[in-house]
Amino acid sequence: MPTTIAALVAAHPLFAGLPADTAELVAGCSHNVAFDAGELLFAEGGPADTLYLLRRGRVELELSSPGAGTLVVATLEANDVVGWSWLFPPYRWHFDARAVQPVGAIAVDGACLRAKADAEPAFGYELVKRLTAVILDRLQSTRLALLDIYSKGETS
Amino acid sequence: MTAGCGLRPRPHRVVGRRRLAGDVVSLELEPLEGEPLAFRAGQFNMLTAFGVGEVAISISSAPGEGSTLHHTVRDVGAVSHALTASRVGSLVGVRGAFGTDWGVDALEAEDVVVVAGGIGLAPLRGAIEQLVSSRTRRRRREGAPEAPHPGEHHPPREAREHHSTQPRPPHLHLSVLVGARRPDQLIFEDDLERWREAGAEVEVTVDLATPGWEGGVGVVTALVPRITACEPDRSVAFVCGPELMMRFSARALLDWGMDPERIFVSLERNMQCGCGICGHCQLGPLLLCRDGPVVRYDRTVASLLQERER
Ligand SMILES: Cc1cc2nc3c(=O)[nH]c(=O)nc-3n(C[C@H](O)[C@H](O)[C@H](O)COP(=O)(O)OP(=O)(O)OC[C@H]3O[C@@H](n4cnc5c(N)ncnc54)[C@H](O)[C@@H]3O)c2cc1C
Ligand code: FES
Repeated sequence: MPTTIAALVAAHPLFAGLPADTAELVAGCSHNVAFDAGELLFAEGGPADTLYLLRRGRVELELSSPGAGTLVVATLEANDVVGWSWLFPPYRWHFDARAVQPVGAIAVDGACLRAKADAEPAFGYELVKRLTAVILDRLQSTRLALLDIYSKGETS
Repeated sequence: MTAGCGLRPRPHRVVGRRRLAGDVVSLELEPLEGEPLAFRAGQFNMLTAFGVGEVAISISSAPGEGSTLHHTVRDVGAVSHALTASRVGSLVGVRGAFGTDWGVDALEAEDVVVVAGGIGLAPLRGAIEQLVSSRTRRRRREGAPEAPHPGEHHPPREAREHHSTQPRPPHLHLSVLVGARRPDQLIFEDDLERWREAGAEVEVTVDLATPGWEGGVGVVTALVPRITACEPDRSVAFVCGPELMMRFSARALLDWGMDPERIFVSLERNMQCGCGICGHCQLGPLLLCRDGPVVRYDRTVASLLQERER
């Protein structure tokens, strides 16, 4: 089991396979965090300043609307990434993220990561490519949910 | 009544009826006379609602799971409505069993990944039941503890780093991934729990959570990369649900690293004779009552699924 932050970073699928010095670079912006069930990792509209690499537990992305209550948009688990709004202006969260089980994660400081990406464009490009793949996956999941893939019967 | 292949519907009595979800009813059928029908998991029967018509319905019990047959029917039209409305004690006609099966009996040491969408769990239930009970028997024979704790067999995801050296659990490498639109559309929830207790990895997700839902939210394809109990290079996959769901699930399994030759899907088309005579169920080069419903997700099937949606 890896114990240093750099080893934990390198073990997360978002950064898997990157050279050791890159993991060190990310680790330099990172620390371990824990959330109890029910606690918010971040709240909609708040300043987006952190990338969370989930190590255990489950997080719900939620939207609250008056009348409709709380809508769960997605659940994320170990090895998933929570939050990318720190990468794009205006750096605001679009959802609430709530721990629904005790959560362990690596919190990576967004401004620190952006600064390192700006200073080292090769790292920055790699980071953006990897995050874009995650974003594409989520976009595809959202599209499938919109298509309601369980309701169509045979198409003959 | 269309009864090709020299087979007449055999009258069966409805001896059990259970509503599994709003429009989904499970019927338990017993032959009025003679031996119970022989079948393999994945096959289907033509069920007759007398005076209304006949439709293809998969068998949702496992071979050897008692002397009755289970069918799970969703009320979508005239015949399925009559079937779901039939009362205990009434009669239903049964012709079959027809078609190809999941091939559970031919499996040796493979891991099995099951991906089900909505009522697609019905044709898979018998196969899962067979796998769970045969592996439980094997554990017993080999003197392993009787009832594993849930999760004992597959280390939690976070403990399983990329090139993990964790020993693989010895017996039950079965992942069951289930997706539904809403929690009230999930079926066989008690079975899911029982399979989980028997050591299978069971993950359930819905598109739209309703108050009180504590499971996952997201589409079923997103569960594939999260599988921990099975390895892509040792797995076979059984996928059943609406065609869009099967197409995207098959792609997710390929992306996970599976070989297309080891992915099986169950295709539905309107059927009439059920035994390769009338041509009603043709899909490209396949007669699905005979060459299916369970087919390998090879190039032909992949492109047929795609073409039909253009
Ligand atoms: C091999 C095989 C196995 C099957 N297994 C099952 C099973 O286990 N349980 C089950 O409930 N059905 C199953 N079906 C589907 C079932 O045969 C059809 O739904 C059948 O058409 C129902 O007949 P009906 O007269 O009630 O409705 P129809 O009058 O034929 O259809 C009524 C309406 O429902 C739509 N429809 C038809 N089929 C579906 C569907 N599957 N999903 C959503 N809408 C649909 C039609 O387009 C039509 O608009 C299976 C089909 C095949 C070929
Ligand atoms: S249903 Fe008649 S050939 Fe298949």
